[in-house]
Amino acid sequence: MYRYDEFDAAFVEARAAEFRGQVARRLSGALTEEEFRPLRLMNGLYLQLHAYMLRVAIPYGVLNGGQMRALAEISERYDRGYGHFTTRQNIQFNWPKLRDAPDIIDDLAKVGMHAIQTSGNCIRNTTTDPFAGVAPDEIEDPRPTCELIRQWSSLHPEFTFLGRKFKIAVTGAEADRAAIRVHDIGVQLVRNAAGEPGYRLFVGGGLGRTPMIGKVIRDFLPKADLLPYLEACLRIYNLFGRRDNKYKARIKILVHEVGIEEYARLVEEEFAAMDGTAAPDAAEVARIEAYFAPPAYRERPATSALFERMKREDAGFAAWARRNVHPHRVPGYAAATISLKPIGGAPGDATAEQMRMMAEVAERWSLDELCVTHEQNIVLPHVALDDLYAVWTRLRAQGLDAANRGLVTDIIACPGLDYCALATARSIPVAQMIAERFTDQALQEKIGPLSIKISGCINACGHHHVGHIGILGLDKAGVESYQITIGGDATETAALGDRTGPGFSYEEVTGAIGALVETYLERREAGETFLQCYRRLGMDAFKERLYAAA
Amino acid sequence: MPLRDDTGPIPDDWTRVEPGAPLARRSLLALEDAEARGEALEGVAPEALGLAIPNDTERARLAPWLSRVSLIAVAFPAFNDGRGFSLARALRAKGYAGRLRAAGPVIADQYAYLRECGFDEVEIPEALAARQPEAQWAAAAKRVGLAYQQGYDGRRNILAARAEARER
Repeated sequence: MYRYDEFDAAFVEARAAEFRGQVARRLSGALTEEEFRPLRLMNGLYLQLHAYMLRVAIPYGVLNGGQMRALAEISERYDRGYGHFTTRQNIQFNWPKLRDAPDIIDDLAKVGMHAIQTSGNCIRNTTTDPFAGVAPDEIEDPRPTCELIRQWSSLHPEFTFLGRKFKIAVTGAEADRAAIRVHDIGVQLVRNAAGEPGYRLFVGGGLGRTPMIGKVIRDFLPKADLLPYLEACLRIYNLFGRRDNKYKARIKILVHEVGIEEYARLVEEEFAAMDGTAAPDAAEVARIEAYFAPPAYRERPATSALFERMKREDAGFAAWARRNVHPHRVPGYAAATISLKPIGGAPGDATAEQMRMMAEVAERWSLDELCVTHEQNIVLPHVALDDLYAVWTRLRAQGLDAANRGLVTDIIACPGLDYCALATARSIPVAQMIAERFTDQALQEKIGPLSIKISGCINACGHHHVGHIGILGLDKAGVESYQITIGGDATETAALGDRTGPGFSYEEVTGAIGALVETYLERREAGETFLQCYRRLGMDAFKERLYAAA
Repeated sequence: MPLRDDTGPIPDDWTRVEPGAPLARRSLLALEDAEARGEALEGVAPEALGLAIPNDTERARLAPWLSRVSLIAVAFPAFNDGRGFSLARALRAKGYAGRLRAAGPVIADQYAYLRECGFDEVEIPEALAARQPEAQWAAAAKRVGLAYQQGYDGRRNILAARAEARER
């Protein structure tokens, strides 16, 4: 994984010192709250419903054991002993005090971490495939591209006061595990007819109150042109994006209003006029790539007798192996998902003890690497098949063994009304109720891949538009009302979910999800997933039962 | 209104001339006014002519003026309206070599970014200057920083520093 050199370290330290000064100037009154706001947001500090919230950047989700331990430490020293892993592959702490924020930032800097640009109207943490570097179907490792973008976007002098936030995601495989089509810019590593590596770029995707699927702006961009091209994309957005209404200020609205052809024309014109100084030289690219060279795997047989035997002997382990263990490009290894979705838990939450346990497991059995997923789980990217049983046993001791990756209880939920100042309804308790309805492991596996995503307001932090089943919590005259969508998809077959009809009360929503799942189980054809079944049958088949039940 | 650059507070020897009013020794004109005056401005030396523009001014409209003026003052309607950063950058890319002024309630924390995008000076409202006294601007101007972006002025470039380190 990438490690800071002296310059990265000096950059982060300078930023930490600057932020300390800004907090002092806010306290002295030199900065008004209005002026301080974007500065603290740029350092990840939100003012939430009950307290400040600090969101720490985990660039493209990758961290090592020492960094995970530092997060555990911070959660105990400055917060309430837990943290919340987010859909942007970051972690947030819900109860820090303003006066502690500079100390937290300093503690983070000691382990090569920061909170730069985890919020605010700037370029946010770049996200990617949690199986980056190990996925067998990968054309190329997307992480060097992510790191290039991380550096280029950090405290960018021109793009730090944008009209709205700006999110970039990168994938190295055709199978899109990074939801690039619902990002402001999506970057896909591809090869052209001549076999040269490059990028396909999508622009103008996004969720929020006006969800849109991104459109292709360039089918093939040579690798060396990426940063200049991004600069052109951002400059056109910064100059022409709307500033009159914050709900119409994202790039998706600009692209929608002027049309992708016109936006592309402006970008291409801008790009053509640039002199190329924005592009990093080959030595810098090689320096970054070297950090992502495959680690020192041991030579191992492609199968493991121990792994096979333990699957036979322990049904719980077998279920975990079926659901949470993923293929790896190196024989004898696997990637394993630690689910942060135990039945009854808050999706994405981990206690300090659990973080330490994950750090220990990573150090011992995953070449000291972890990756936060946009589905709010944690991936151990390099586990030997021989070690999987030991890993699972260890994780079980901290309740980290839920065998539900990608199943109905692997629910994404925003913090909702329990924490968030913007929320209009609760999210976490809804996730918990639904998970409890589907506790039975056999039933979950019978249902198969099904992603439920819950947002507590129209800002859609829970990505409900792209859930196979999406749930949006609204406030209807002081009462929570949950709108359901079905058919959403964040992958390479991206689609926005369709609304079923009138919303459901807090008490009704679990039953409604049950009705949808039962309809699917009754009507599906052999091997058909929920999403495929919906696409074949259409809305009416599901609607009937849904509203008959209500 | 208070004006400063890297050297500290400086006197403003430009006069904002109202549309159609007689020119001053150094006249800062609104773009529409300058366009309306047409031939009357021919023969006015660039040293005596400046343009005040809003931050959504079309770049094509500015092209004929870039060699005819020695000051362009870009309005910042609010500190967090960042269009001026891109506009400045674009004007420098088009070869504009005169002075660039950020005019409006920008804050000291933005000073480095403004400089890097091509601005030379900032003109801020009195009330803001009272709240953020000169010492804070001086500190912002002196802060030695590092930057990843290439092609912008100002902070020490990290990629260049790495290249130097490789050669050593």
